[in-house]
Order: sequence, then C-alpha cells, then structure tokens
Amino acid sequence: MAQWEIVIGLETHTQLTTASKIFSGSSTAFGAAPNTQASVVDLAMPGALPVMNIGAVERAVKFGLAIGAKINQRSIFARKNYFYPDLPKGYQISQFETPIVQGGGLTITLDDGTTKFIELTRAHLEEDAGKSVHEQFDSESGVDLNRAGTPLLEIVTEPVMRSGKEAIAYAKTLHNLVRYLDICDGNMQEGSFRCDVNVSVRPMGQKEFGTRREIKNLNSFKFMQQAIDYEVRWQIEQIEDGKKIVQATVLFNPDTGETRAMRSKEDAMDYRYFPDPDLPPLVVSDEMLARIKAGMPELPEAKCSRFSSQYGLSHYDALLLSQDGATASYFETAVNSGADAKLVANWILGEVSATLNREDKTIEQSPVNAVRLSNLVARISDGTISHKIAKTVFEALWSGEAASVDAVIESKGLKQISDSGAIEKIVDEVLEKSAAQIADYKAGKEKALMSIVGMVMKASQGKANPAQVNDIVRRKLA
Amino acid sequence: MSLSSQDIERIAHLARIRVTPADVLDVQAKLDGIFKLIDEMQAVNTQGIEPMSHGLDMVLRLRDDVVTEIDHREKYQKNAPQAAEGYFLVPKVIE
Repeated sequence: MAQWEIVIGLETHTQLTTASKIFSGSSTAFGAAPNTQASVVDLAMPGALPVMNIGAVERAVKFGLAIGAKINQRSIFARKNYFYPDLPKGYQISQFETPIVQGGGLTITLDDGTTKFIELTRAHLEEDAGKSVHEQFDSESGVDLNRAGTPLLEIVTEPVMRSGKEAIAYAKTLHNLVRYLDICDGNMQEGSFRCDVNVSVRPMGQKEFGTRREIKNLNSFKFMQQAIDYEVRWQIEQIEDGKKIVQATVLFNPDTGETRAMRSKEDAMDYRYFPDPDLPPLVVSDEMLARIKAGMPELPEAKCSRFSSQYGLSHYDALLLSQDGATASYFETAVNSGADAKLVANWILGEVSATLNREDKTIEQSPVNAVRLSNLVARISDGTISHKIAKTVFEALWSGEAASVDAVIESKGLKQISDSGAIEKIVDEVLEKSAAQIADYKAGKEKALMSIVGMVMKASQGKANPAQVNDIVRRKLA
Repeated sequence: MSLSSQDIERIAHLARIRVTPADVLDVQAKLDGIFKLIDEMQAVNTQGIEPMSHGLDMVLRLRDDVVTEIDHREKYQKNAPQAAEGYFLVPKVIE
C-alpha cells in the first residue's frame, strides 16, 4: 500500500466585533428578532449605497500587523456574483485582486511540543450574508437579513498543513489570536468563527497536489477533527479503489460523522468578480497605520516569555496562562494585588480551572474573581491557613457563602493554629492512643509518622500548621 | 471576439435573465458590439500606466463605527410579496 501525504489549507471567516455593519449603520448584535437589524442597504433597496465602517478596517489592519503581514495601504472591493435568497443584492461585496492583508503567518505548537510556521496567503474584508430557515414554514423558506452585512475578515492559509492535528492546532492558535486582539469574539456556536477546510491527499513524495474537496462551515474543533479524519480516509479509499477524486464542496454531518458532497451546481464557481463601482479604493493612511501600531496589545508569544522571565514560572505554566487573554489578565490582576505569582499560577491551573470546567464556566464568569483569589493565596503565604483549608475557603467563596476571604476564615473558625503549645497538646493526645504507629515508626517505617501527623491534623479539624505538627511529632518521637 | 449562442445562454443563466431562443440572435449581436468596443480599447497602449479600479480618482470615505439605524421592519416588509413571523418568505430552497 502506498504511503499517503495529507495536504490541508484553511479558510476562516471571523466576524469582526464592530457595533455596526460593514457598509451600513445597522446593529450587529446577535440574537435580535428577525429582520429588525436590516436597513435599506442590507436589504439592497434600489439607490441605497454602502458606506465603509472604519472599525472593520482598523480590525483587519490590527490582524495584519499581529501576523507580520504586508498591509496593502490601497485595497479594492469587488463584487462576487451569485444568486441566493439570503443575498438580496445578488452579489457579496468582498476583496479579490488586492486584499487589505497579504502574507504573514502564525507559529503553532503541537501536543508533542514541536512548532511549525503556518504561512497565510491573505486576509480580506467582506460582508456576511443573511440566514435562511427551512424548517419553520411548510412550503416556503424564511429569510432573516440581520446578519447580512456583518463585517467578516476571511483568513486564508497556504496548503501547508500535513495532518488533522496541525489543522486543529492552527485553528486554535488563530482563535486565541483574534480574541487577544479583540477583533472577533470567537463564539463558534453563534457562528463568529467558522472554518472551511480544504483537504487533499497525494502519494508521499509526489510534487503535484491531489484534487481537493472543501469541507464547509465547521463550527467546533471536535467536528473539524472528525470531518478531516473521515474525509482523508474516504479520499484514500477512493483512490486505492482506482476512482478519481472530483473537486467538490462537502458538508460534515455530526450525527453520522461523515462528509457528503453538496449537490454540485455547474456554474457555482463562476462568480464573475469585478471592482465594485459603488466603492472607490480603500486607503489606509500612514497616520492610521501608525495609530493602530501604537495601540497593539502584547501578543500571546511575547506574553508567555514575559510570564516566565518576570514571574519565574515554568515555560509550560506560562504557556497555559498566556494562551487566552482572559486567563492572562486574571493571573496578572491576582499577582498585582499582592499574591505570590507561582502560588497564584498553581491555583488558577488547578482548583480554579477544574471548578470552571466542572461548571462549564469561563474565567470571566468565575464567582471567585482575581482579587479574591489573590487574598486567598496571601492568607496561605502568611500562614493564616493551610492549603487544605484554603480549598474549603475557596468553595465557600465560590458558592457565595461569604464575600471576603477573611470573613470566611473568621466565621468558620478556620484560622490555622500556629501556637506550638496548642499543637503540642493535640499531639500528646494523639500519641497516647497511637502505640502501634509509634512502634512501627521506631522500627523504621516512615509511613507511620505520616499517619500520626494525619491524625493530629484531623483532631485539629485541619487547622494545625502542618509543618509545625510534623516538627513536633518528630521531636517527641526522637 | 464573438460569442456563440451557447455563450449567450450561459451568460443569461448566470444573470438569471430569460432570453428566449427567438431573442438569442439579437442579444448576441448587441453583446458582440460591446466586445468590439472593448477590443478597440484593448488596442490602446497602456504600458506604464497604473490601472484604476474605479472611474473616479478618489478614495473610500470611512464612517465611524456607530449604530445609526433603527428597526423599520414593518415598513420594509410592506415591499415584500410575502412575509411572516418577521421573516421574508421565498419559495423553498434547500441545498
């Protein structure tokens, strides 16, 4: 059997976070009643003309700068012509020959720690189409044009990915980046970040690409992985059975885990692009470019290396904390409120993440905000409470039982006992009942000591300072 | 360049314009005339001249990112042949 090489390229439609549409003053807010955010421009009423939104331009430029691309300071809008009811003008305004962003790329990190640079072809501005609903009415389709005219940045890679894993890693890296830059909210359920994946296979060593099929509109990383895996297996089987791959657009069905070709329309590819006479060239002035450059946020890679050098975190911890902007800012807010950075990192990556995952919440929704976590960690550092008790306090804060760390410690009487007289008294009581363990310890079993310490901790209801207990028990048994 | 009757049918289909067989010859002659005009323009030496993408030598005006439109659904849908539950209705289209 021949060895096959997989070739993948991605096109990602990212909805930009502008308040208004790309060519009209309608709102872009998600979830409004049908057609309540569709103006004459969005409805393609005769005589209505598009007027470009500066916010969309700024976001596109921001993206281009972040990926080291060439910003075309003069770019052109074109009409992409096709007929569908959710596209009332009969064409989509897009960019064809001269996109605003050209080239550049992203570095992805795979699970095994290796990195790869993914070259981008281009990123261009365009308008989204409306939405059709087919189930709601018996013999008609319904059209909602609220989404029509929402600004999109379509980000296109070269066909440089060689496995489904690389494609997913790229999509996730891009997803993080656009949220970092605050140009797209990244909400995949609401369709703010949609991926089309071009897949082909070729015998290892062959120079020419195989015929590609395009999997449309994948809106989760899990589906993307499943769709690519299925598509690759299907294409290899076809070729090994002596059949040819026909270029096609396919849809992924999450229920069956299969991809299926859409009914191919003969003329579908003939979009007859031409420059839109309604829109003269888009010019990004030097002044605008400089202004956007000056306002660029720190990017994930830079943040990661700063986290490890400034706070002494391991590379791995720094990577996890810098991957998304919300987590990074939670971390820095907590550290700036005075807590130990490494302890804060451990808490975020441990207890906080685990609880958020369990309750399916994002860090912005965490009932324990960064300042409270900082207070909690500070109480561990200054010896007021132990790690174990801190978890109890954390749970109380999470459930909203009390508003402040100190209030929880106070009301539950959780303050650590560091008075050695008090601890000694408890140790004595425990030792009296632990003849067997004492004998074991004296016979050289270190474990027996741990069991005694455990009993002391239990007797103190977890409040004794564990280090002190350890010392006292050792001293008494010496 | 001159167009065949198949070209005319294809162009008409892409534009969703009905051209009856009786009209094909007429349309063909008109489009050929346009292409002749283009041929004439192609003959002009434009070497060294930067192509324009727009007939006017001006740049795109940009507006601030502000919502200025309000909901006029009821008014706008009076123009539609059919609407229900806020949707515009069209003959069923399923891919």
